[in-house]
Amino acid sequence: MEKSIIISVGNLVKNYDKFEAVKSISFEVYQGEIFGLLGPNGAGKTTTLEIMETLRDKTSGNINIGGYDLAKNPNEIKHIIGVQLQAAGYYPNLNLTELIKLFSGLYGIEVNAISLLEKVSLTDKAKAKFKELSGGQKQRFSIATTLINQPKIIFLDEPTTGLDPQARRNLWDLILEIRSAGTTIVLTTHYMDEAEILCDRVAFIDNGEIIGINSPDQFIDDLVSSGFERKKEVKKANLEDVFINLTGKDLRED
Amino acid sequence: MKIKKYSHLKATLAIARASFKSILRSPSAVVFSLLFPLIFIVVFGFIGSGGITVDVGLANNSDTINPVYKTLCKIDVIKFIDGNEKQMDQDLEKGRIDAILNIQKNPKGLPAYFVNVKYTEASKEKGSILKSVLSNVILPINAKANDAPPPVAELKETTIRGREYKTIDFILPGQLGFALLSTGVFGTAFVFISLRLTLVIKRFFATPVTKASIVLGEAVARIVFALFTAIFIIVVGHYAFGFTLINGVTTVINMLILSTLGLIVFLGFGLAVSGVAKNESMVPPIANIITLPQFLLSGTFFSISAFPSWLQPISKALPLTYLNDALRKVAFEGAGLWDVHHQILILLIWGIGIYAVAVKVFKWE
Repeated sequence: MEKSIIISVGNLVKNYDKFEAVKSISFEVYQGEIFGLLGPNGAGKTTTLEIMETLRDKTSGNINIGGYDLAKNPNEIKHIIGVQLQAAGYYPNLNLTELIKLFSGLYGIEVNAISLLEKVSLTDKAKAKFKELSGGQKQRFSIATTLINQPKIIFLDEPTTGLDPQARRNLWDLILEIRSAGTTIVLTTHYMDEAEILCDRVAFIDNGEIIGINSPDQFIDDLVSSGFERKKEVKKANLEDVFINLTGKDLRED
Repeated sequence: MKIKKYSHLKATLAIARASFKSILRSPSAVVFSLLFPLIFIVVFGFIGSGGITVDVGLANNSDTINPVYKTLCKIDVIKFIDGNEKQMDQDLEKGRIDAILNIQKNPKGLPAYFVNVKYTEASKEKGSILKSVLSNVILPINAKANDAPPPVAELKETTIRGREYKTIDFILPGQLGFALLSTGVFGTAFVFISLRLTLVIKRFFATPVTKASIVLGEAVARIVFALFTAIFIIVVGHYAFGFTLINGVTTVINMLILSTLGLIVFLGFGLAVSGVAKNESMVPPIANIITLPQFLLSGTFFSISAFPSWLQPISKALPLTYLNDALRKVAFEGAGLWDVHHQILILLIWGIGIYAVAVKVFKWE
């Protein structure tokens, strides 16, 4: 089956004064996949993401999202994307239902807040304020707000940073669920195990350049076939498996 | 998929609604805009209604069945205080009482009474009030005495009926003006800086909402809140303390129009402050530089005519001065909006100036 391209980025450049944050990168994202942008801090992941999210101006390059040219139709793009920012707060003193109402007003649509909260299992927190939520709940709510306008694509910037293993796994399930409903997902992460489990394809970014795009499996196979061997013999489980095994998979929210 | 026509009005109202709820739930907004002015109004409303009183100590051995004492008792300004002699002397020295009166019957016949008054350096003004009251009281009593000569000149007094200008009539517009100033400056500055720092605005920008909708929505929420505050203050002032509303509802509506105009100008200050301040802790000092001088110098508590002449030009340059002035004229003198067009014009000039600054310094991220 031919995969259709939903995002194409061509020769994207972003300079901050003299500093070249993004140096002519190109990649494509296919419809319905989970695409990961991986790389160390300051590599240009967030900058690239925010340019695609229409939040930052590019210096040069062509970007097409869902059939719209970013330079010409940023507003049409805003209608078909959902955005979760790293460490973003929400309007103060409002509860989750009111926040969802606010966002649906910003998109000019009507949304059933409860059924949206149900998707991220936060119905019991409908009347709670955002700051009263636990880390995992906060991220789940952030993801819920990306779904308000039923977008074709959602962008997630380090969605699981700072979460405990249970909350992290819970969020993975949520992300996979959203993808299986047909939404394309672009995310950044520092956790390679996460990228390996979630992403259909990943791009490694370093110093503002893409140094490889492929599926996680292919990357690993290529490395192994080049003769790479881990120093320590790989066991059939790791410490996180032990953690989950000992403490259970149930969410810990407080 | 065809995108339905996007409604900027809906987006603006969504922000206005959210902001309004947020204001109502934020303790500082309610305290500064509602409670503070109300406390001042209650305090001044009670102390203001009494007018001037002269506290006169009555000596223990004073005669009390004479016409002078009886007439004095009927005069509202004079308040007699009993007590032991030593304590009274001490109070007189400290100015706690304004004079001590001791009326004695003359055992030798005429004049029938000696009125002994002891004044104090500590309360000269009230002493002179008592002095003229006493001579006014004694003169006719003496004139009625049998063998007094016919009067040379007879005093004929008339007082025109004027409207009573109560303390509340001065204080309430000042407090209303100040409530608008603090809602406009503090509220707006805090909200925009915190929305900016917590990336709420950035998140908004990922939606189709425009910058104009965000500013307008916030402004609408504050105007609605301020109008509720204004109505509440006016109603409490009117019914509890007799605040004068010459033309009733028309006066209230004129006051609300002026309040809205004033608030729009003050919102500009708030937006400018949020742009200048780098973080939330820098808001209070900068906002106070704007609000405190106006609090003190714009005729909130005292008429600016009471200020020394070098200070008056400063007072006359501040926007709150003109808002207060216009509110008082409308409420007490029954002026229409056209009658205060001079004040409105100066507010508008301030508005244009401050929005020019705000546009320059305001930061979205």
